[in-house]
Amino acid sequence: MTIISLNERKKERNNMDGIRGIYMDHAATTYTKREVLEEMLPFFTEYFGNPSSIHKFGRDVRKHVDTARERVAKALGADPSEIYFTAGGSEADNWAVKGTAYANKSKGNHIITTNIEHHALLHTCEYLEKEGFEVTYLPVDEYGLVSVEDVKNAITDKTILISIMYANNEIGTIQPIEEIGELAREKGIYFHTDAVQAVGSVKIDVKEQNIDMLSLSAHKFYGPKGIGVLYVRKGVKLINLVHGGGQERGRRAGTENVPGIIGLGKAIELAAENLEESSKRIMGLRDKLIKGVMNKIPYTRLNGHPVKRLPGNANFSFQYIEGESLLLNLDMKGIAGSSGSACTSGSLDPSHVLLAIGLSHEIAHGSLRLSLGAVNTEEDIDYVLEVLPEIVERLRQMSPLYEKVKGGNTNV
Amino acid sequence: MYSEKVMDHFSNPRNVGEIEDASGVGEVGNAKCGDIMKIYLKIEDNIIKDVKFKTFGCGAAIATSSIATEMIKGRSVEEALELTNKAVVEALDGLPPAKIHCSVLAEEAVKAAIEDYMKKQGKEVESSVSAGIEPDEEACCSKCERKCH
Repeated sequence: MTIISLNERKKERNNMDGIRGIYMDHAATTYTKREVLEEMLPFFTEYFGNPSSIHKFGRDVRKHVDTARERVAKALGADPSEIYFTAGGSEADNWAVKGTAYANKSKGNHIITTNIEHHALLHTCEYLEKEGFEVTYLPVDEYGLVSVEDVKNAITDKTILISIMYANNEIGTIQPIEEIGELAREKGIYFHTDAVQAVGSVKIDVKEQNIDMLSLSAHKFYGPKGIGVLYVRKGVKLINLVHGGGQERGRRAGTENVPGIIGLGKAIELAAENLEESSKRIMGLRDKLIKGVMNKIPYTRLNGHPVKRLPGNANFSFQYIEGESLLLNLDMKGIAGSSGSACTSGSLDPSHVLLAIGLSHEIAHGSLRLSLGAVNTEEDIDYVLEVLPEIVERLRQMSPLYEKVKGGNTNV
Repeated sequence: MYSEKVMDHFSNPRNVGEIEDASGVGEVGNAKCGDIMKIYLKIEDNIIKDVKFKTFGCGAAIATSSIATEMIKGRSVEEALELTNKAVVEALDGLPPAKIHCSVLAEEAVKAAIEDYMKKQGKEVESSVSAGIEPDEEACCSKCERKCH
């Protein structure tokens, strides 16, 4: 038996960050990077003070919370006073939309969004509709892109908010944020973007892109779960969602999730430092995966935009098979992905995003999202390209839909 | 989320395939809702000598089809008609609530195949299943309350 020193073993684990298996569900969540965790740990024990306290215990922690806020501001091109910590992306979305809607009721009651937003946005808008607000859900094209012209045409003198996601969580399509921001600014309408999938993957500058509000969540870029940010440009009027103490400059009550905030700050700093290099690497893996899958598996469709897409996102529809059985088979081979089929969405309809880009229910049921990230390597892609075609073929051989087309044209 | 039995039938499904000169074929469900089951029966002297299935659907859909074929193989037509979705669920050591629908589909696929056989035999049958539901219909199957859209 080879004896490996503790240090060597630790090094090996550090290199891998303890990740085993082929994890391709980074859009769902990422692991917390070791450097991030290490920065967080003292804030559970040694630095446990309440940042609102006047004593040294509190003041020491306060300093680090401020540093984290500065790191977030720097990554977004914002001022630290414009950064508000929340319990995550969903809270940030809820706050941005409800907060501006209620604070600007006297100006108007109309909100513009798209029909491919995350449920944190869509369900908030549906709630506001019951409260008397009017919401326009803009359609998207076959690639998932919203048209700036459509946004422009939807604006009325009652429009108080435009909320359009930066990049889609399912199909990865990146929206023309800068143009929409410019339009909104020109018309004097607030512009919010749910950038939960984008932060850490693409370069964002809230000033250059005319963004008034932006939601992000740490666990999508190798930070911890349960902590997020709403960036609110100075001067934007929005009401409080969580009432109570004077934290976050009186706008979001509740004792700070200090370890979470420290982790978010470190994670966003790391992401910004490595942005170009890591997105280039991951994009290379993504393109290899997409090319391989499209070449090897007939009756397959790539969902989302061919170019304007997140570096790590690959989303396919395989005709004649269903997504959950595909995921279970991949899982048995150690590959973790996700699907927009009804059985995996938790509801009985397939993903609203896949339906919005014009897929039939039938095709939407057979979707597979593989979202790549830091842990993935060339070998992972090779392995998927070896295993996936076999699984798809096996399921097709079992499918009564496939027998009708066997020997037919393989162009979808 | 699934029992070991479900995972076993999902990963090693029994009786997958088609029977070319089947005595009866039943197909239920629709692609829009995300599951279709097709069952082929070979019946001789009122006994189900062979049974095969093809399924488009989730893990539970494949597992329920597989176990249903096992449960009726070698049985008489009358015995097979008595197969209930409840028996299918029990045989699989349970299904998540959202997947009970799949067991109903399995029961219906068996019944649809037997009815097809009886029709071919010139026997009068009172249809108990909603075979060939149009995709526009609200419910995926007749017994469960699952609505697709």
